[in-house]
Amino acid sequence: MQHTLSVLVENKPGVLTRVASLFARRGFNIDSLAVGVTEDPSLSRITIVVGGDDVRLEQVAKQLHKLINVIKIQDLDPREMVDRELVLFKVNAPADRRHEIIEIANVFRAKIVDVGKNTVTIEATGAGDKLAAMEDLLRAYGIKELARTGKIALSRALREGAATA
Amino acid sequence: MRITGAQALVRSLEAEGVEVLFGYPGGVALPIFDALYESTTVRTVLPRHEQGAVHMADGYARVTGKPGVVLVTSGPGATNTVTGIANAYMDSIPMVVFTAQVATTVIGTDAFQESDITGITIPITKHNYLVKDVAELPEVIKEAFHIATTGRPGPVLIDVPVDVSRAELTFKYPETVNLSGYKPTVKGHAKQIKQAAGMIAKARKPLLYAGGGVLASGAWKELKELCELMQLPVVATLMGKGAFPEDHHLSLGMPGMHGPKYVNYAITETDLLIAVGVRFDDRVTGKLSSFASKSRIIHIDIDPAEIGKNKAVDVPVVGDAKGVLAELVVELRKMNAEPRTDAWMRVIDDWRSRYPLHYHPHDEVVMPQYVVERVRELTKDRPTVIVTEVGQNQMWACQYARIKEPRTWASSGGLGTMGFGLPAAIGAQFGRPGHLVIDIAGDGSIQMNSQEMATAAIEKQPVKVVLLNNGFLGMVRQWQELFYERRYSSSVLPPCPDFVKLAEAYGWLGLRVTDPKEVDAALNAAFDHDGPALIDFRVAPEECVFPMVAPGGSIDEMLGGIPGGPVSEMLDDELLEEVWE
Repeated sequence: MQHTLSVLVENKPGVLTRVASLFARRGFNIDSLAVGVTEDPSLSRITIVVGGDDVRLEQVAKQLHKLINVIKIQDLDPREMVDRELVLFKVNAPADRRHEIIEIANVFRAKIVDVGKNTVTIEATGAGDKLAAMEDLLRAYGIKELARTGKIALSRALREGAATA
Repeated sequence: MRITGAQALVRSLEAEGVEVLFGYPGGVALPIFDALYESTTVRTVLPRHEQGAVHMADGYARVTGKPGVVLVTSGPGATNTVTGIANAYMDSIPMVVFTAQVATTVIGTDAFQESDITGITIPITKHNYLVKDVAELPEVIKEAFHIATTGRPGPVLIDVPVDVSRAELTFKYPETVNLSGYKPTVKGHAKQIKQAAGMIAKARKPLLYAGGGVLASGAWKELKELCELMQLPVVATLMGKGAFPEDHHLSLGMPGMHGPKYVNYAITETDLLIAVGVRFDDRVTGKLSSFASKSRIIHIDIDPAEIGKNKAVDVPVVGDAKGVLAELVVELRKMNAEPRTDAWMRVIDDWRSRYPLHYHPHDEVVMPQYVVERVRELTKDRPTVIVTEVGQNQMWACQYARIKEPRTWASSGGLGTMGFGLPAAIGAQFGRPGHLVIDIAGDGSIQMNSQEMATAAIEKQPVKVVLLNNGFLGMVRQWQELFYERRYSSSVLPPCPDFVKLAEAYGWLGLRVTDPKEVDAALNAAFDHDGPALIDFRVAPEECVFPMVAPGGSIDEMLGGIPGGPVSEMLDDELLEEVWE
């Protein structure tokens, strides 16, 4: 099963290596990784998406806790988190089909961020499944290049019937 | 007053109460060694190899409970510490290792004698630091000692670039540390402790499984109190030897691969395993599914990551063993709990009398087990520290030595580091100058660090090496005999060097024994000698360590020793009925 771990760490050199090497040592492949500073500049949040055996993952989480630079770890419940990725698609877009591509971008509330003679570049954000659906549709036009960020996530606020954005 | 980083480092060591530092100099370490030259309280010991320095610090830490301290230069100096650090990490030994580093301005340029030692040691240190600003140095050192010695202890490495050593600062050693990501759970959960106490009070066949954590925690008094109160039999792991007096009736011995059969039978048959400061190592558990399979398990450990790592437990108690055991005693007293293990002890004693450790004594050949037995007898009444190398010598020491006092035993447990014994013995001698320090050695292992004989001679550390010389890498040979059709591939050690001459070359007393009748005289001569001594015991070359659990096997099904087992066939029905009455 896939887990999204949100790891709050001290913002110091080498911390990412310490965290990442714990996963590597135990044979986990990190599916996605995102690191950035938090509201407190002395802290960074590392969001790690990783699949694998629950018991072994629990052991990794416990080992992570032992790292001196790790402040807090949350294994986010998929139902109780907001998660986003950002993808840039550079898509083949001859003049006669360009409007179709723009249409798709609009449907997914994505933005056209660059237009060339034969390509357009689309910036899309959202949860993984939405971006995957978009990728499927764009593939028909020929995706020339694609870059994506790791997933970032936060737990949802504790309130009744919180709306999904 | 402004002082240099190097001077601040030495002042910090003084503030930490460091008495001895094991250090090997080199280019970028020179400012620090120069500052050490001035220190009146820190004794600097020069080993002959950086690995020796780390094992010395390790041996010192094991017998004193204080952190061992090492200082080496960059590059090869630093990488030579790796095995020693890994060894200390596996066995949770408190240690602070300083490595000098090339100047910050050239880090990352493949400068002369540069190695990324913080990168290299991430997986084998509890924490490590690269200090880039001299102003941070005192704080880092304070943190390092704190981290190394608290919670589950372990080695911490501090990499100090040469320009940081030379730079100046206004020195003030901090009194406290501020580590928001490091807060070990010391106090056990009251509800869990109560639950554990209830189970101990009710158990008919309880067994206490004690490990190195008891020694790290300083919990031997509390352990003894608990075990005597409830009459709990104790099995102590290789790392836990000395946590409970081994001449006590309740002490059974070492569990696992080379433990006596009756110990492994007791584990297989127990209905409540009380694990304290242990990590269910594979050399103890054998096949996990059949380890203590009839038992509920209480696991007390300060490291939450150890709970349930290898074996699911029923009652986890995260906390410092000393406090948790003391609280268990309080709880049990409150419930007026009474010992119920009389019949269980009779079952165990029956096994103990039928399946003792055993070997075939010989009139003409020196048996290695006999040598260890004689060491045990001849040191009965004098304060002694037993250190071991790794291999058969170590297992025979585990089986036949009796460690009665805590922190008088040092053996490489988790990593199984050949070459550990001699330097660790030297370090232990620094820590316990009044003790007789004996290294039970093998001819393979000792040659991995025999250069440290010079250190013992020059530093006047009168360690005694009891060399069980069988002309083989004995444990490798044993496995080849048992599992590889006696194909002795790369395990034969022809008689070279002449260990007596080697000892003499280093200014040691060197003796050779080939006749069992001479064993006592030689041991006494070595023990009474005012200086280091080595006895080259030419022992039976193809003797095996028995009994033995085959790798991956159930621990009650053992090879060798007195025939018997598995445990299901070993039970005396009448006695067992009494247990259940």
